[in-house]
Amino acid sequence: MSIINDLKEIIKPYTENKIALENISEDTDLLKDLNINSANLVDIVLDVEEKFGITIDDASMNKMLTVKATIAVIEEKLAQNAG
Amino acid sequence: MNNRVVITGLGIVSPNGIHLKQFKEAIKNGISGIRHDEQLEALKFSCQISGKPELTDEIIHASFTELELKSLESTAILYGVIAALEAWKDAGLSIENNENPDWESGTIFGTGTSGIEKVRSSIYKLDDLQVRRLGSTAVAQTMASGVSAYIGGKLGLGNQTTTNSSACITGTESILMAYDRIKSGQANRMLAGSTTDSGPYIWGGFDAMKVCTFRHNHEPEKGSRPMSASASGFVPSSGAGALVLESLKSALKRGAKIYAEVLGGNVNSGGQRGLGTMTAPNPLAVQRCITDAIKNAGISSKDIDIINGHLTATTKDAFEIENWANALGRSGSDFPLINSLKGMIGHPLSAAGSMECVASVLQLADDFIFPNINCEDLHSEITTIIDPHCIPTQLINKELTILAKANFGFGDVNACVIFKKFKN
Repeated sequence: MSIINDLKEIIKPYTENKIALENISEDTDLLKDLNINSANLVDIVLDVEEKFGITIDDASMNKMLTVKATIAVIEEKLAQNAG
Repeated sequence: MNNRVVITGLGIVSPNGIHLKQFKEAIKNGISGIRHDEQLEALKFSCQISGKPELTDEIIHASFTELELKSLESTAILYGVIAALEAWKDAGLSIENNENPDWESGTIFGTGTSGIEKVRSSIYKLDDLQVRRLGSTAVAQTMASGVSAYIGGKLGLGNQTTTNSSACITGTESILMAYDRIKSGQANRMLAGSTTDSGPYIWGGFDAMKVCTFRHNHEPEKGSRPMSASASGFVPSSGAGALVLESLKSALKRGAKIYAEVLGGNVNSGGQRGLGTMTAPNPLAVQRCITDAIKNAGISSKDIDIINGHLTATTKDAFEIENWANALGRSGSDFPLINSLKGMIGHPLSAAGSMECVASVLQLADDFIFPNINCEDLHSEITTIIDPHCIPTQLINKELTILAKANFGFGDVNACVIFKKFKN
């Protein structure tokens, strides 16, 4: 649960849809549900990298369109770091 | 189509005053916005004084979202947007959030550079093999048209939305370009103006050319001395000015307050021929710009009550006065009154024209002449051409009818605009 809370904080400045942000869940779609400008996805990725101390490659970045996929990428990279 | 064009809104971000009320009080009272600049001193500039607008968080947050501010490193965009939004509101216009943009409104908002700090931080990242860390706004902040793009988006402008760039004449040129567009019926309303980046990375080149003063580091407020015998170079500064230009028809229809009418003007170049170079103006072109502006405005040189000059506080000031005198065929005590805003705010480069036009239009609308400061010792080459009484050093409350405003810039380019007091 902590990753989703951190993610919620990271996403906060990028969305004006505060209600959808409050109700964020694994099923939330960043573009469709949170109305995030697609140009800002790269900024969110940079903020995620900084927060978790990970590096996200282009292929992984392309997957990060939903909360679920984003958490999966973060967990994968954290696991790689740990390994 | 030959629409009359009037000014219905003003906005200003200046070292001696943010927003109209504070700025008007400052220029009436001869308040300098020039201060000691620690950063310039630390970087070993010859000139260690400058003019920077003092913006509060409250003012900044009124014009930008948290997200926009998160990575904003373009002072040109910061100042330009704040001045533009003030002018828009001052004109009594609202910001609509409709499906369609406002097709009849556009902007021509100039700048010399955009986001030079963003360029700097981006280059460091890039050279460190971190191109992917530039983020999503490096382009929008550093493209020359960044300022007009931000303004266009905030106001929902659907007419021409562009940025002009022509050194020190940028702001005056933007007004004439906007004027042409409304006059010819291609737009009802245009937000004209200009801005500049601030700080050492934009001013360094001028310091290197030794065109900025280094004699007044111990007395910042005395540093910018247009027309003075002890003038020794300009003081670098920054800010933005914005003016809403509108067809008279549109302004009357919505009952807008009208500051002044734009009668016409002229933009030309000396082609860097004759005495003209990249940095020195060709006097024939300067004089021709002024006489053509007068002709275009349909007035006579005798009609001009007051001039707001370019007058930067370099040795070129006497040369400018000579050009005005020759162009107008007026000298001695027959010369119009003349003033320079740069004594108070320094030289804000590409923002100069628009900031000075805001000051000019305020004088016409509110019947006053702001004082020239730091020219108690007028240059003798100036007083041999015109009477010292033409250069007021105290506030004068007086109704004016016609004001001529000119700027001259690097690249041997000139712009002159003629404003007239508006009476219903």
